[in-house]
Amino acid sequence: MTVPVSGTFASRHIGPRGEDVREMLSAIGTSTLAQLINEVVPTDIQLSRPLTLPPADSEAGYVLHLRAIAARNKVARSYIGLGYHDTLTPAVIQRNVFENPGWYTPYTPYQAEIAQGRLESLLNFQTMVSELTGMEVANASLLDEATAAAEAMTLLKRVSKRTNAHTFLVSERIFPQTRALLETRAVPLGITLTYVDLAKPVTFGDDVYGLYLQTPDDRGEVRDFTSLITAAHDAGVLVAAATDLLACVIVTPPGAMGADVVLGTAQRFGVPLGYGGPHAAFFATRESFMRQSPGRIIGVSVDAKGRRAYRMALQTREQHIRREKATSNICTAQALLANMAAFYAVYHGPEGLTTIASRVHEQTMRLGAALEGLGWKQTNAALFDTLRLTGEPAIVDAVQKGALARLVNFYYPERGVIQISLNETVTDADLSDIVDVFATAARKENSGLPEAGSMKFSLPVGLARNTPPLTHPIFSTYHSETEMMRYVRSLERKDIGLDSAMIPLGSCTMKLNAASEMMPVSWPEFGRMHPFAPIDQTEGYQQIFRELEQTLKVITGFAAVSLQPNSGAQGEFAGLLVIQAFHRSRGDHHRNVVLIPQSAHGTNPASAALAGMPVVIVACDEQGNINVDDLRAKAEKNAANLSCLMVTYPSTHGVFESSIREICAVVHAHGGQVYMDGANMNAQVGITSPASIGADVCHLNLHKTFAIPHGGGGPGMGPIGVGSHLAPFLPGHPVIKTGGEYAIPAVSAAPWGSASILLISYGYTRMLGADGMTASTEAAILSANYLKARLEKAYPVLYTASNGRVAHECIFDLRPLKQLSGIDETDVAKRLMDYGFHAPTVSFPVAGTLMVEPTESEPKVELDRFVDAMLSIRQEIQDVIDGKADRTDNVLKNAPHAAQDVCATEWTHPYTREAAAYPVPGLRHHKFWPSIARIDNPYGDRNLFCSCPPIEAE
Amino acid sequence: MYPAELKYTNDHEWVRVDGAEAAVGITDFAQKQLGDVVFVELPDVGRTLKQGDSFGTIESVKAVSELFSPLSGEVVAVNSDLANHPDHVNSKPHDTWMIRIKVSNASETAALLDANAYEALTK
Repeated sequence: MTVPVSGTFASRHIGPRGEDVREMLSAIGTSTLAQLINEVVPTDIQLSRPLTLPPADSEAGYVLHLRAIAARNKVARSYIGLGYHDTLTPAVIQRNVFENPGWYTPYTPYQAEIAQGRLESLLNFQTMVSELTGMEVANASLLDEATAAAEAMTLLKRVSKRTNAHTFLVSERIFPQTRALLETRAVPLGITLTYVDLAKPVTFGDDVYGLYLQTPDDRGEVRDFTSLITAAHDAGVLVAAATDLLACVIVTPPGAMGADVVLGTAQRFGVPLGYGGPHAAFFATRESFMRQSPGRIIGVSVDAKGRRAYRMALQTREQHIRREKATSNICTAQALLANMAAFYAVYHGPEGLTTIASRVHEQTMRLGAALEGLGWKQTNAALFDTLRLTGEPAIVDAVQKGALARLVNFYYPERGVIQISLNETVTDADLSDIVDVFATAARKENSGLPEAGSMKFSLPVGLARNTPPLTHPIFSTYHSETEMMRYVRSLERKDIGLDSAMIPLGSCTMKLNAASEMMPVSWPEFGRMHPFAPIDQTEGYQQIFRELEQTLKVITGFAAVSLQPNSGAQGEFAGLLVIQAFHRSRGDHHRNVVLIPQSAHGTNPASAALAGMPVVIVACDEQGNINVDDLRAKAEKNAANLSCLMVTYPSTHGVFESSIREICAVVHAHGGQVYMDGANMNAQVGITSPASIGADVCHLNLHKTFAIPHGGGGPGMGPIGVGSHLAPFLPGHPVIKTGGEYAIPAVSAAPWGSASILLISYGYTRMLGADGMTASTEAAILSANYLKARLEKAYPVLYTASNGRVAHECIFDLRPLKQLSGIDETDVAKRLMDYGFHAPTVSFPVAGTLMVEPTESEPKVELDRFVDAMLSIRQEIQDVIDGKADRTDNVLKNAPHAAQDVCATEWTHPYTREAAAYPVPGLRHHKFWPSIARIDNPYGDRNLFCSCPPIEAE
Repeated sequence: MYPAELKYTNDHEWVRVDGAEAAVGITDFAQKQLGDVVFVELPDVGRTLKQGDSFGTIESVKAVSELFSPLSGEVVAVNSDLANHPDHVNSKPHDTWMIRIKVSNASETAALLDANAYEALTK
């Protein structure tokens, strides 16, 4: 490792320094870092020369560079709509949530005891969604509205009583990106989409199981579906309806019309447009469908002392457990953005939201009146925020020209039609400008707008919401900034993020999310861009995409990259569809079998199932490596129908398998492609690459290796890289052209997924450069081997390469100790909280183990603090084995210890309060107190309650 | 410890044949493997099952598993108590039936395990 020069970004990003590195190598028992890397990474796959990338930028230099790029984006006033609306992020939320590492660095809240803050906020999100949509339950967010629609299509299929029906009726009046996603997801599952014109009577044939509707629809028309939904239900057909969350504040929500699923995006609740994302989609349904629902659901349970506590409910439904039987491959959510939307609702409350929604609606009516006064015809019978105007095509063209000249964007769905969607940022001056554009185009005089307050509320009686929005007291409590700031901080302090300690989660790569990488995400030149803005307004973004794609091509060794997939699992799905499109282009329609090693992450088989591809499992040997003989046999047996192998490299067991090239060659020899799961890319960058091992496609978890923060459970990004033969099939988009010549349909709602967070990975690669990224990989491998060396006497390491080395993570086996002491992996995970740490990954990929991944960003002093904690815990376990501690009433079984329990008047345990809370001296400098005792998981799943509990029950 | 009057499957279900009808549950071994059971999803009464068909799912805090019918027949009753007391599967597995079926082919019992053979399977 080239020791990073002091003051460079690499020296800020990488933890271990000169003397540390020597000490760590000595503990590992190897002479140099180069020697260690040669022992870890098979030499036949190592890159022969350094990555060819632009020189690393300094942090200050990068900010200047990005300022120049930002200036190339033209921030227009966006009235395009289509599910994306400009919004005013309250500053108290921008500063204390969006830009706050306390909120953006934590992991998904699997460890409930150190995640009560964001669990409470996510529960607020669910409560907000279910109240506004008029549904019984809501989940804690999905990736985007279009994928939420696809999830609704499959949920209704699962719960439908018409088990042999395969047709999903879809209204013609839905967003184009939703339509694309429904098609992408329906085809592999054998679902037939039939589009219906709602102006005509809808008939429900025997093969129909579901119906998809939208209000306000793609034209902005607000619809009453009550009788249509009743008719569908009478015919045994279930109904999903997309809607707009702000409209739901004053318009009758689809839940009140009887819909079985209501979905949409929460973007306009204070989350910047970000040229497409990240945003939180919402998904609400009936209580009886909850167990079949996709995504994460937060529920209320109790802790070991019987106090109310929050947790993720029904986790066993997730793909990491159900694998190819999973109903969805969704692995992540959009927690950070869901939290922002929830806080927006908490801050504005029912009155504030009603004011905002009513003003947007009234402005739309006033603008409509003014434009009708100029002779334009507005065709929406009932509307919330969108006007649909028709006029002479030539004059419409003149409007478009005039609008563009003023950087005003409308939506032009077809020749002679203009749609204008207003939002909460719109001022009367903006309205005046719009009228002016129209007047000028028609060469008429701008006769002004009707006065504010002069228009009467226009919704027909049945369409005006008749129940108050947001009745739960949480939405009527924090309306001053002082209260809001303190509420946000009070929640934040309950959680462990990277701002408090190392998060050694194996497979999750919890590395530094540097402030200089993060800052530009909230610049308006990036935040206020609509994903369907004219491409020539987005040159800054386009430059970033080009350069980031180029960098990722160099790193992976591939020929092309798609930045569209919004998560790792979505990258897998996209990659599989690309492989299938490739086979079909060669006439190989029958090739659909996916080989997946036993050790694979559960998303792999789940993605294959969604792509309609049968899975054949390949065995692993005792060392956890792929059994090459079994692979050969299964590839041979399935040769005629082999589509591909999905393989994680280095393996999910944290080992560089030396047979990887042979494995890829076997698959190729039988006509298959190799999909590499890039979850462990952090052990490859600059040293080897997916192309070097022989893969054809891979996804890259930008939220792991490339520094996008985990956001407390999302966002993420999962771009895919492909070899040149697959490039023509990269995903397209129905509104903005992306992808190859024979593009598969879109996999995300927005053309470049969650575009704004691509900035973070861009910054990461620019500021580290080739040397810094390679040094990061080396440091990640060094740190993992250091932890192994320090801890392997206390806890056996499950899998290593034949020379005893691990890659960038390693698995400690707790099962032998459990046999002796009754202490299991969960006890150790919870006990680490008393030492101020987030647990490592528990029971993945092997039950009864802990998988530790330190990453390159942790300094040696933090690694040592972790080692000290683990060794101290090992002694605590020894005390149980030796009979010095009680087998059930001990520091481990009772962990974690909440402050209120340690400070309680009564203390009945056979160990001291000090042993409970301050087991090592270092904690006297800094102590993190878990806010609850151990969560009761069975109670929560047996007594499901998934919205904010009533205040008086506390 | 496995009741002699029950028959068992390799998938860890038990069946109690009672004249033309049979009750089905999961074994003590199975509930221990699953851990705390939180939900049992059962079929509609009237569904016809073939031997080995999945008739529902059982969900614990650790896993979701499918339930397989030991015999062919029509579902004539489901245990609605399980909705409120899924924990009974843990506390008294061999007394907690899930479905009752009208057996359509009694000779299928020949393929099932007796208590000794099942106990051997779980060692």
